[in-house]
Amino acid sequence: MLTAFAIFTDGLVYAAYLFIVAIGLTLIFGVMKILNVTHGSFYAFGAYGAATAVGIYTNAGMPAAAGFLLMMTLAMAIGVVMGIVLERGLLRLVYGRDEVIVVLVTYATFLILEDVIVLIWGPGSYAAWQPMVAAGSIDVGALVLSNYDIILVAIAAGLAVLAYWALRFTRFGRLLTVVIFDRETAGAFGVNVTLVYTITFVIGAALGALGGAVMAPKISVTLGIGVEVIVLAFAVVAIGGMGSIEGALVGALIVGICRAAAVHLVPQIELFVIYGVMALVLVVRPYGLFVRAQPRKI
Amino acid sequence: MTMVGRHHLVGGLMFLIAAAAAPALPEWVVSLATIAFANALVVLGLVVLWRVGLVSFGQALYYCIGAYTVALTARWAGVTDAFLLVLLGGIGAGVVAFLVGFLLARYREIFFAMLSLALSMILYGVLVKTESLGSTDGFTISTPTFLGYAPHREELGLSLYWLTLAVDAIGAILVGAYFRSVSGSLAAPIRDNEIRVEFLGVSVTRIIHVKVAIAGILGGFGGALAALSIGHVDPNMAYWTTSGGFVFVTILAGAGSVAAAFVGSLAFEALRSFAYDVMPSLWQMTLGSVLLLTILFLPDGLGSLAARLRRRGEANTP
Repeated sequence: MLTAFAIFTDGLVYAAYLFIVAIGLTLIFGVMKILNVTHGSFYAFGAYGAATAVGIYTNAGMPAAAGFLLMMTLAMAIGVVMGIVLERGLLRLVYGRDEVIVVLVTYATFLILEDVIVLIWGPGSYAAWQPMVAAGSIDVGALVLSNYDIILVAIAAGLAVLAYWALRFTRFGRLLTVVIFDRETAGAFGVNVTLVYTITFVIGAALGALGGAVMAPKISVTLGIGVEVIVLAFAVVAIGGMGSIEGALVGALIVGICRAAAVHLVPQIELFVIYGVMALVLVVRPYGLFVRAQPRKI
Repeated sequence: MTMVGRHHLVGGLMFLIAAAAAPALPEWVVSLATIAFANALVVLGLVVLWRVGLVSFGQALYYCIGAYTVALTARWAGVTDAFLLVLLGGIGAGVVAFLVGFLLARYREIFFAMLSLALSMILYGVLVKTESLGSTDGFTISTPTFLGYAPHREELGLSLYWLTLAVDAIGAILVGAYFRSVSGSLAAPIRDNEIRVEFLGVSVTRIIHVKVAIAGILGGFGGALAALSIGHVDPNMAYWTTSGGFVFVTILAGAGSVAAAFVGSLAFEALRSFAYDVMPSLWQMTLGSVLLLTILFLPDGLGSLAARLRRRGEANTP
């Protein structure tokens, strides 16, 4: 029983993390049909930005809550700037090329940005555990839950609700749905598709950076953190169905719970259970769980 | 002389020159070229897939299986003969590719790339967690022999180089023949419109299955040769960044011809060791920039450069 509860809470926390990193990826894919490998860089830059922010506010002796906000704001600002520069400066040039070619463009950018991190922050690693310690922990029965983990789950849930609301009930959300459904027709009806693309990409980039920022206190911010997160986010998005927000949520929950179960029950399979689940889901539902059937074009 | 005959002649000459030049070259060049030509086989496999518009982000799966087949056969069965080991590596990866092909051949575009990525990451996860195989450190392979001949140091490097070249030559000839076969020439039509090809009475799934198997066999041979040359295997051979490197070379080389895979792979290894040597902290940036520039300005890869120059030459001669 205790194990089951531990699996549930660990799984939920891990799912929250996965959802935060996957939602930006799936949003960009859904609207722009770009599988954005640079998402790993957004995550890494967010984490490094957050670590810098933590350093600043710890030195200035600011209260923890303000520091947490500063950390998230700085990371998202980095994400917004990177998103604008990348979309306007580079991706614009390859729209209309093969989907796979665009993936490679983002892969090349990812490689470049990996070294930019070294140039800006150096090869050393950063610790940003202060917010996590400041948040404290609570005891639930025999288990100790970190309040920071609870905040993480709350942020993920908040993002899910926000995304649902924004897509259903805001003007931009409706426009986005139109562009997702048929880009050309939307353009013919006067929707500024170029602007929608830019805004989507910037939001996706900011979400990626936010993922890095909220995870920074839980991990050691070091080189190569983007490499791992990108394949994890891919797996989640592929399970849920690329471009589907509810798919990302379900995918994150499935992967989170499966991984937590593996960690507690059979630790040997921890590393590949995620990809095993992904392969299994894709065997049954080739295009993920939540994907609209595509018409065959002759 | 026919076009095919001329291509074979030029290709054969290039291989002979590459083989003959080796003893005169410094040791590090030979070992760099061995790795490059071993990896070229993997790239050749990706070219086969790229012709139907498929990109595998998990080709490292077959590369790693080829390498580990060699390493494990040498370790458990005590086999040291390089010819046998490389053959087993290719066959091992080929069997896996054939089995995986039943699944992969149903997928297209990004989904094909993602599923192959997932499969290679499963192997990575298994290897990292297998303590008996050295976990993340991997393990070393005993020095190979060649039909009883047991060379050392420099001779060993040269022998492996020539073995790699020989396997490359066989691979290049067979893949060239495949490209001219019916199944091979259907690649472009499939890429343009699969359903029309189906209406001609051809099973696209089966053709793609064959291509997955061919790419897997080539990947296995590449991994086996690379493992012998490095003398060590580790799980990173299955990591997605390894696959990314192969895709990189494929784009750099372009899918225009068989030869492009070899030239591209050699150029990539040279570029990587140059970047690593001159700017150790910026080598990823160098690679990324080269990839970007290739995609933006040479959409069909380095191979198209030759064709473009030839066309310009023809235009100038009245």
